[in-house]
Amino acid sequence: MFNIERWQEIFDTLSKNKMRTILTGISVASGIFIFIVLLGFSTGVQNGVKEQFAGNATNKISVRAGRTTKQYKGLNPNRRIQLKNEDFDNISNTYADYLEYKSGGYSNWGAQLVYKKEFGNFYVRGVDPDYQFIANANITEGRFLNQGDINEARKVIVVSNKTKTELFKGKSPIGEIVSISDINFKVIGVFSDPGGEREESQVFIPLTSAQIAFKGGNNLRDMSFTVAMSDNFDEAVALSQNLVLSIENDIRTKHIIAPNDRAAIRVENTLEKAQKIYSLSDIIKAVFWFVGIGTIIAGIVSVGNIMIIIVKERTKEIGIRKALGAEPLSIIGMILQESIFVTMFSGLFGLIIGLGLLEILGPTIENDFIKYPQVDFNTALITVFILVAAGTLAGFIPAYRAAKIKPIVALRDE
Amino acid sequence: MIQIKDLHKSYQMGSNSLHVLKGINFDVKEGELVSIMGSSGSGKSTLLNILGMLDEADQGSYMLDGVPIKNLNEKVAARYRNRFLGFIFQSFNLINYKSALDNVALPLYYQGMARKERIEKAAHYLEKVGLAEWSHHLPNELSGGQKQRVAIARALASEPKVLLADEPTGALDSVTSHEVMDLIQGINDEGKTILIVTHEPDIAQMTKRIVNLKDGIIIDDSPVEQIRAKIHV
Repeated sequence: MFNIERWQEIFDTLSKNKMRTILTGISVASGIFIFIVLLGFSTGVQNGVKEQFAGNATNKISVRAGRTTKQYKGLNPNRRIQLKNEDFDNISNTYADYLEYKSGGYSNWGAQLVYKKEFGNFYVRGVDPDYQFIANANITEGRFLNQGDINEARKVIVVSNKTKTELFKGKSPIGEIVSISDINFKVIGVFSDPGGEREESQVFIPLTSAQIAFKGGNNLRDMSFTVAMSDNFDEAVALSQNLVLSIENDIRTKHIIAPNDRAAIRVENTLEKAQKIYSLSDIIKAVFWFVGIGTIIAGIVSVGNIMIIIVKERTKEIGIRKALGAEPLSIIGMILQESIFVTMFSGLFGLIIGLGLLEILGPTIENDFIKYPQVDFNTALITVFILVAAGTLAGFIPAYRAAKIKPIVALRDE
Repeated sequence: MIQIKDLHKSYQMGSNSLHVLKGINFDVKEGELVSIMGSSGSGKSTLLNILGMLDEADQGSYMLDGVPIKNLNEKVAARYRNRFLGFIFQSFNLINYKSALDNVALPLYYQGMARKERIEKAAHYLEKVGLAEWSHHLPNELSGGQKQRVAIARALASEPKVLLADEPTGALDSVTSHEVMDLIQGINDEGKTILIVTHEPDIAQMTKRIVNLKDGIIIDDSPVEQIRAKIHV
């Protein structure tokens, strides 16, 4: 294998049989290339899906109320259902064992934030301290709201990175005063959200302050919880589903809503959705792998095929070499080493081209469901080696047969 | 150099067995130039293939330079072919993607000789057959006579004990045939043992001894007055 003379002989043969070499190379390289690209996009889809859920905790349960659409127990339809603080307290207490984070919400869509001469419209949400974890908000400066802020209804605000750039032109807003509806709030923290722009158009103030500022009394616009996760994902999904049903039932009973009135109360859990999408992305991944492995198998078969043709084509040459004193082992070695070299070289070539394409094209892809397509380098390398090993095996049989041909028979071959 | 005793060989042709060699006995001494003659089917090529270890006899003994050639495995047979024998074929059997020089150097590669050394040696033998200027040409750029001379250089390069030529002039016109025979005679003059299979009487007359084969047995084995090919050239 490490015989320089042998390598010289092989390079000689390869360079003088360019067509054959190139054809073998192309079939191997394209196989690997397609495999890498498929694998990359499969990862891209996974990343895209993950990012879809990155904005909020995946185990979130949200409760919203609307208007009734059905007559029920003598009450007219089109009745507005108003969630109250006590609804939140009831649910929090009843299901305390199963809920991890809890937050009521009183929000004002499109409130105007004014800082000196700058202003902008933001989604001002009055929330509890737990909301930080429900919204996946990462504090980058200062702090999030705390229980003290809630209890004393302090006029404090946590702004997003987006606010920081738009309103404060990038400088630290901590301690600055912004006004919402002519009420001044002091900035105590800045958050960033992996969910991106959409999530960062929110700003947070204490729930109690929001209820005062927007004249909400003890009304709530929504409630958010997260389900306590167990190690078993399926169990967690089941728990989440049960909680949704129980919470919905409790509210329906208390506010006298028809059991089949979908519009009046909406309790949704993200976990169930997440499970569906994740299982879809698992299926997509499996399909990509299936197609990829199919491509590799096709590559191996074509290498084997080419090897058989090569041996056939070279039968006479093999006869000549044997007549001149080539030992059977050296014939096998010659054919195998050639095939290993070609498959390895073109496999790595396909690998590099594939990785290069992903590297160049990856960042330019703007699609919600494909993000950062990439391939684990080790997986890719292992694939190349598998292809080489299988190609070698496919080449070994014809090579062995070639070495067994009697020189006299081989010489007669025209 | 070569001792053959009671050599038999049969080929299985479907259900029939074809008895090609039916007890061949003959000796070749060092430095001889022998032609084996016979019509097609007489068994002359089979005999040469057995001598060349390309084929094996069913029965009988074969000694080459005191070494018994019997039940050789492929590996040993390959080594013996490489060290003891040089082949010259009717259809030249050059490797068509290798230059004349590389073709000549090939048996030396299988001897394990370093590249530089074998290229030097190959160049020397190409010069000997008068093709020094053609060393980097591919076989298909050469004429028939030139191809056969490359093949002779290749056969000589490994410095074998015996040269075996199977119809070396079969594919050549008479002028080139005589040139090739002149070359072979010259090599023989230097002391190399050479066996030529031919069906052309005038080629046989250029050797020193004619062995006549018919239906698998030697019917005549006699020395001849050698005609030098040079007079025709």
